[in-house]
Amino acid sequence: MTSERNDLDGIEELLPWHAAGTLSRRDAERVEDALNRDPELARRFDMVRDELGATIQLNESLGAPSARAMESLFAKIDAEPKRRRVSLGLGARITEFFAGFTPGAMAYASAAAVLAIVLQAGVIGVLVSKSGSEGGYETASAPTTAPGVGAFTIIRFAPQATMDDITKFMEMNHFSVVSGPSGGGLYKVRVAEAPLSSGDFNTLLQKLQGDKVVGFVAPTR
Amino acid sequence: MQTSSDEVLISRIASGDRLAMQVLFARHHVRVYRFVLRLVRNEATAEDLISEVFLDVWRQAAKFEGRSAVSTWMLSIARFKALSALRRRPEQELDAEMAEAIEDHSDDPEVTLAKKNKSAVLRDVLNALSAEHREVVDLVYYHEKSVEEVARIVGIPEATVKTRMFYARKKLSELLKERGIDRGWP
Repeated sequence: MTSERNDLDGIEELLPWHAAGTLSRRDAERVEDALNRDPELARRFDMVRDELGATIQLNESLGAPSARAMESLFAKIDAEPKRRRVSLGLGARITEFFAGFTPGAMAYASAAAVLAIVLQAGVIGVLVSKSGSEGGYETASAPTTAPGVGAFTIIRFAPQATMDDITKFMEMNHFSVVSGPSGGGLYKVRVAEAPLSSGDFNTLLQKLQGDKVVGFVAPTR
Repeated sequence: MQTSSDEVLISRIASGDRLAMQVLFARHHVRVYRFVLRLVRNEATAEDLISEVFLDVWRQAAKFEGRSAVSTWMLSIARFKALSALRRRPEQELDAEMAEAIEDHSDDPEVTLAKKNKSAVLRDVLNALSAEHREVVDLVYYHEKSVEEVARIVGIPEATVKTRMFYARKKLSELLKERGIDRGWP
């Protein structure tokens, strides 16, 4: 009984966020369940909704700043020292890459990616088996970079992979981007600090190809 | 038409893209202004502060790591600027502000109710909350910030965010009761 009360108290604290629609799906479902079971809680939720409405009305009645604010800002920006163009981090580059697609293009790219993954899986399988012990295959489209130490692949991330997915994938595998994206959104990625045997490399490629974050992967030097 | 995400705009601003700054300003300046205005309660000060907030965004864009939404980051900057401005404000101004808030209590509850409907009274009491309570109420209800985001903006633990919101709402009930509206809670 006490734990049920505590649970309801915890739920009651979440009501403002439920009204604003900012709870996680799991918490929102918990609150909805409690609201359906407890008429008193539902009555209190109505109060929260009144508060929400009044707060929005109040803030909307505050008006907007005059043009002076923008003029003042850009006068200050113009007085700032000229900035050197900075190179963007991986996150920003990937965000730029995805932001370049229209929704229609994204839908097309997703469909194309599904097909490409199936075809590429076959192609990579053949390429990898052909390469045998010779230490890997280098595609004509691979970005040309100075030779470095380690094992490298080129990767195109799946269009449906989110920023979060890609970041986690890179961190979990301890991979680092060497260059890219080149045409077609290909990145050269260091997948190991030291060269891998062809057997190990093939195993790694198969694992990567099975990852939902990866649209295309191939070895490179 | 493709709308650039805030994160993309920030990465462009980091490279010195003035147009990206204009887009970001157009997108967020009204909400940032209202957030600041509710804290400092002075339109001229709020206007000055938003240009300072966006100037900080321009200067610090390259350091933005994307660990929170851009709007959350900007509200954190805005809050810091607003509190610094409040600390610089002469005491006479604060006294006048307090007097204004206290004046609201002078009406007899029946008169208040006769003059205004419940929603208008609710807006009145939202204005009479302390700055700390106003802030959390605005962030949750108007700026649509999650518990985690409010914690990040205000710089307090998530559990404290929930408790503070609870007490702000409790205070609202007390103020409503003083004006003749009993919500039967808490």
